[in-house]
Amino acid sequence: MSRPELQAPPEIYYGDAEASKYTNNTRIQQIQADMTYRALELLNLPPGEPAFLLDIGCGSGLSGEILDEEGYVWVGVDVAPSMLEVALEREVEGDLFLQDIGQGFGFRPGSFDGAISISVLQWLLNAETSHPTSSPPHRLARFFTTLHSALRNPSRAVLQFYPTSDDQVQLITSIAQKAGFGGGVVVDYPNSKKARKVFLCLFVGDGRAASAAQQLPAALDGDGGAEGKDAKATFEKRRQRESRREKSGKQKVAKGGKDWILRKKELYRRRGKDDVPRDSKFTGRKRRAFF
Amino acid sequence: MVRLITHNLLACHAKGCTTNNYPLKFSNVKLALREADFNPDFLRGFLPRIEWDALVQASRERCSTTDLLKQLHHVLLETHIDEGSMTCPNCGHVYPISNGIPNMLLAEHEIG
Ligand SMILES: C[S@@+](CC[C@H](N)C(=O)[O-])C[C@H]1O[C@@H](n2cnc3c(N)ncnc32)[C@H](O)[C@@H]1O
Ligand SMILES: [Zn+2]
Repeated sequence: MSRPELQAPPEIYYGDAEASKYTNNTRIQQIQADMTYRALELLNLPPGEPAFLLDIGCGSGLSGEILDEEGYVWVGVDVAPSMLEVALEREVEGDLFLQDIGQGFGFRPGSFDGAISISVLQWLLNAETSHPTSSPPHRLARFFTTLHSALRNPSRAVLQFYPTSDDQVQLITSIAQKAGFGGGVVVDYPNSKKARKVFLCLFVGDGRAASAAQQLPAALDGDGGAEGKDAKATFEKRRQRESRREKSGKQKVAKGGKDWILRKKELYRRRGKDDVPRDSKFTGRKRRAFF
Repeated sequence: MVRLITHNLLACHAKGCTTNNYPLKFSNVKLALREADFNPDFLRGFLPRIEWDALVQASRERCSTTDLLKQLHHVLLETHIDEGSMTCPNCGHVYPISNGIPNMLLAEHEIG
C-alpha cells in the first residue's frame, strides 16, 4: 500500500472509519505520544511559564492529549472533520478549528509561544488541485509565512514529518527560510530504518537559544529500538519533564491513575455531564484491553 | 470549542483582507460555560497579548474588579462558543461555528 498522502486528500482519507481506526490503534498512540514528547523537548520552552501552543494538524488529539497532560493551553487545527469529531469525543481541552493549513492562518501576530506538528507536513507536499495557488510550493509558502507571524519572537516551531526524499526536505526548509524562520532539520536515529524520525526545528528570532549562536538541538542516536538506549532516552525525557514540573511548582496528577480519573470525573460533573460513572473501589483499576 | 481567548487572537485570513479584519463579529451564538483549572501564571503571561477592546466587545460580562485574574480566567478560558458564526468586519466573510468548531476554510477565490 502506498503512503496515505498519495492515496486521497486528507479530509477524505481520514473519514469516519479511518479516524477511529487510527485513533484506537495502540501502536500509533504510542508512536504519536513519543514524538510529541520529543517535539516538546525540542521546543525548549522556558520552565515555569505555562505556554499557549498551536498543534498543527491536531487530528483526533493524540498529540493534543499530551499537551493537556503537560499542562499547556493549546489550539488545534485540522482539515479532516472526522478526526476533529473524534477529538471532541475524547474531550481534549484544546480549542479546535477546521482549517486547511495550506490556506494559511489568520492568527494575530505573536499569538503563540510555540507550535508543534506531528506527522502532517508530508500532506502539504501533495497538490490537491491543479489550480496554480494550490501547488505545493504556494501552499507551503502561505503556511510558513502565516505561521511565522502567528508566533512570538523569540519562539520555536517543531514539525515532525515523513519526507520521501532529501529533495523534499530541501524544498521545505528553503521555503521556511524564505518565510523568515531560522533553524533546520534534526534527524533522530538516522541509521535505523524503523526508528528514524525527521524533525523540522524552526526558530523565530533566536528561538530562545540557550547559547548565543542559533544552535540546533542534538539528534538522538542509536537505533532507537535497542532496549537499553531507548529506555535511557525515555528516562531522560521523563526526568526533564519532572524537573520542569517541579520548577513550575505544579503538582500534576499522573494521567490514567485513580486520582486523575477522579479529578476528570469531578470536572465533567461540574461541566454538567450527567452520564459520568459513579466512583467505586474499581475506579482507576487497570483493565484488560479488549480490542 | 472556541474560547474567548482564541477568538481574541483570530483575524480574517481571506485574500487581500488585511485591514479592519479584526475582531470577527459573533452572531447567533450559543454560549456554554465550562469550568477549567485556574492558572494565574498562564494568565499573567498572556495579559500582554490581549486586545482589550476586542475582549470587552466580545464578552458581555461586567468586570467587577474584585479579583481581576479570576474574572479574566472565567471570560477567557471558561466561556465557550458552541454554535453561531463569526463575521469579518471588513470583507464580510462568515466563519460558521458548529459543534464548537469554527470552519475557517476559504473558497478558492479567497485564498491569498
Ligand atoms: C497522521 S495524522 C496526525 C494527527 C495528530 N497530529 C497525531 O499525532 O495523532 C495527520 C493529520 O494531518 C491532517 N492534515 C493533513 N493535511 C492537512 C492540511 N492541509 N491542513 C490541516 N490538516 C491537515 C490530517 O487531517 C490528519 O488529521
Ligand atoms: Zn475578511
